[in-house]
Amino acid sequence: MALLQISEPGMGTAPHQHRLAAGIDLGTTNSLVASVRNGVSVVLNDEDGHALLPSVVSYAADGALRVGDAALAQQNLDPHNTIASVKRFMGRGLKDITDEGSFPYRFVDAPGMVQIKTAAGVKSPVEVSADILRVLRDRAERTLGGELAGVVITVPAYFDDAQRQATKDAAKLAGLNVLRLLNEPTAAAIAYGLDNASEGVYAVFDLGGGTFDISILRLSQGVFEVLSTNGDSALGGDDFDQRLFCWVLEQAKLPALEAKDTRLLLTKAREAKEALTEHREVRITAVLSSGEMVDVCLTTAIFNEITASLINKTLLPTRKALRDAGLSVEEIKGVVMVGGSTRMPRIQAAVAEFFKQSPLTNLDPDKVVALGAAIQANVLAGNRSADDWLLLDVIPLSLGIETMGGLVEKIVPRNTTIPAARAQEFTTYKDGQTAMSIQVLQGERELVTDCRSLAKFELRGIPPMVAGAARIRVTFQVDADGLLSVSAQELHSGVQAAVTVKPAYGLGDDDITRMLKDSYAYAKDDMQARALQEARVDAERLLDATQTALAENGTTLLDAAERVAIDAGMDVLKTRLSGSDHRAIKDAAEALNQATHEFAGRRMDASVKRALAGQRIEAL
Amino acid sequence: MQVDFSRNHFELFGLPIQFDLDNPALEQTYRVLQSQVHPDRFANLSQAEQRASMQWSTRINEAYQTLRSPLKRAQYVLQLQGIDALAEQNTSMPGDFLMQQIEWREAIQTARHTADAAALQSLEDELNHSARTLRDGLTRQLDIEHDYPRAAEAVRKLKFMDKLVEEIHDAFEALDS
Repeated sequence: MALLQISEPGMGTAPHQHRLAAGIDLGTTNSLVASVRNGVSVVLNDEDGHALLPSVVSYAADGALRVGDAALAQQNLDPHNTIASVKRFMGRGLKDITDEGSFPYRFVDAPGMVQIKTAAGVKSPVEVSADILRVLRDRAERTLGGELAGVVITVPAYFDDAQRQATKDAAKLAGLNVLRLLNEPTAAAIAYGLDNASEGVYAVFDLGGGTFDISILRLSQGVFEVLSTNGDSALGGDDFDQRLFCWVLEQAKLPALEAKDTRLLLTKAREAKEALTEHREVRITAVLSSGEMVDVCLTTAIFNEITASLINKTLLPTRKALRDAGLSVEEIKGVVMVGGSTRMPRIQAAVAEFFKQSPLTNLDPDKVVALGAAIQANVLAGNRSADDWLLLDVIPLSLGIETMGGLVEKIVPRNTTIPAARAQEFTTYKDGQTAMSIQVLQGERELVTDCRSLAKFELRGIPPMVAGAARIRVTFQVDADGLLSVSAQELHSGVQAAVTVKPAYGLGDDDITRMLKDSYAYAKDDMQARALQEARVDAERLLDATQTALAENGTTLLDAAERVAIDAGMDVLKTRLSGSDHRAIKDAAEALNQATHEFAGRRMDASVKRALAGQRIEAL
Repeated sequence: MQVDFSRNHFELFGLPIQFDLDNPALEQTYRVLQSQVHPDRFANLSQAEQRASMQWSTRINEAYQTLRSPLKRAQYVLQLQGIDALAEQNTSMPGDFLMQQIEWREAIQTARHTADAAALQSLEDELNHSARTLRDGLTRQLDIEHDYPRAAEAVRKLKFMDKLVEEIHDAFEALDS
């Protein structure tokens, strides 16, 4: 029999203390939102009872914005202005899109990220994603009955820095407080792990609409440790549709099609692919705008043949991930299948053959990522659950800088547990050199031209010295979202330069502000109200956190003067909170942050000491 | 910032400063420490707490990665003795080892060109075996005899062999694709 649970005093789950949090799976094909309700993670449905929101946004000439099923209905009618699979363009430049011709969109080459011309103006992938996120946010807030304190958004584990940054920017644009970007396979593992309480090493095979991830994780004593991850951020169900589409063109001996017909046949191809999960043979029929009839018969055998190389493309990263983890297939206890594309029988067979065991499919592969994200969001928002667990994730791709001769010097190798920092020293190449250009790269290849450039910045004011005498230390810091910041310092003179890696791809804060202004949802008054509301929420969160910290360590870790300073800071913030000047609130919050800086460090020291002391007692 | 950089990696984990390692104790302490300081525990708290948490969590990750890897651990024990095993003035290697290393490298290249996965595997096994012998030697040299020059030489050899294993993995990858 289950016993009634009674919480520790002060740690209660009184309704007013429960912060609303949600997990969002922002997928290539479909997006979902989930939340923990009454201790159980559930996917939140829309008013019609649908869980999946098609990741499609339509920008009509009359200004109408459609998202989801309504946009999907526009896809064949208005292909130029109906954007699907936008996730593929996040953080990508036009030159990254090799299959440009297969999309019916009017791409615009823009510095940083590609943009798309629509009837409602030129849209960045970040804006399109934000439109999807807003719908999910509204859905969650309506269902849960209040404003979301924070969300966890999932990204493919193999997403690089630019793609992660773009995702975070989209969330910001949609007015969401991102508690964490979480890797999709890790989210799936949380959903599975907590349901089955399983210990051991697992592989998560995640084939979505546009991305493929493979992660190897160890679950042990409440810790999810990612051992390695690999993948292909441009491989997914879409590619199977694409292959099928090309095959249909060939069979029906069709010339190059106009956008509408391309869209129509791609839809037919996807439907045929899905039908093959249940049937061994399907008929593809369509009437093109020219009146021409398409009628071909597709069998499982043909489908398997034309997509065989795609299956192989998933096994390659799988082998790499196993090798990086230093494990053999025999050491994998279970294989978790994630993503709608893993429904394809051929994929399941290939995975079973490779891992020598049947994969686990008991959770809905479309929902498992959102369910796991919601569980993590609930914990991160501060709604601690009884069974605490910890998640240790890694960066998917190596980070480095350019050195002489166009070579990349790796500074943080792939599969390093995050957060992580690494420093490396470099020196000058010429006598009297006073500046150094630092190019930050991500990727596994040796040549700069084969890696992705994340940022370029300059360290100036190096005192003139003979070549090789200056000592420049470059420090990389990767945070728990997998996002990078870089700083450089000349050690003799102390000259410094730092960047948050944003310039090359992604958006600056100014861009975000501009987009917020442009956005249809925000009239001017609205902007003000929104800024005030955000400042208040942030301030309340800070007051809450400070109060908790003071209650725990206020007497032991602070002297009288320090205590007075923090109390004063809290009083100022509380007073300003009732005012309507969002800047004044922000300033007071920043001041309180400063005042508690030292205290926070001491608290951390104390908790480490406590943890170690506990260890020794256990060891006795 | 308060992150205590005066404590070395061993002290941080409450372990004796030596090459021979109590692996289960390291792992256990790592988990306990990360459960205390990981940024996920502070996601809803103040910026100051989030910053302190990231610095501590980073510090613990770095110490754990160093101690867990035998090569890095040996290098670190030497570093605490003021010896940089991989410094440029220390790169001279005994001739027989250099010969051996050239032979290994050639064998890897041949196996790669002839797409001989079995040969690659047996080379990897051989390298792993040699590395194990060197590691056994390190326990003696570092913890008992305190023969740091010989230990430093062993560290350099291990570093070479590490690179060779990496080349084997690259070759496997090339065979896969």
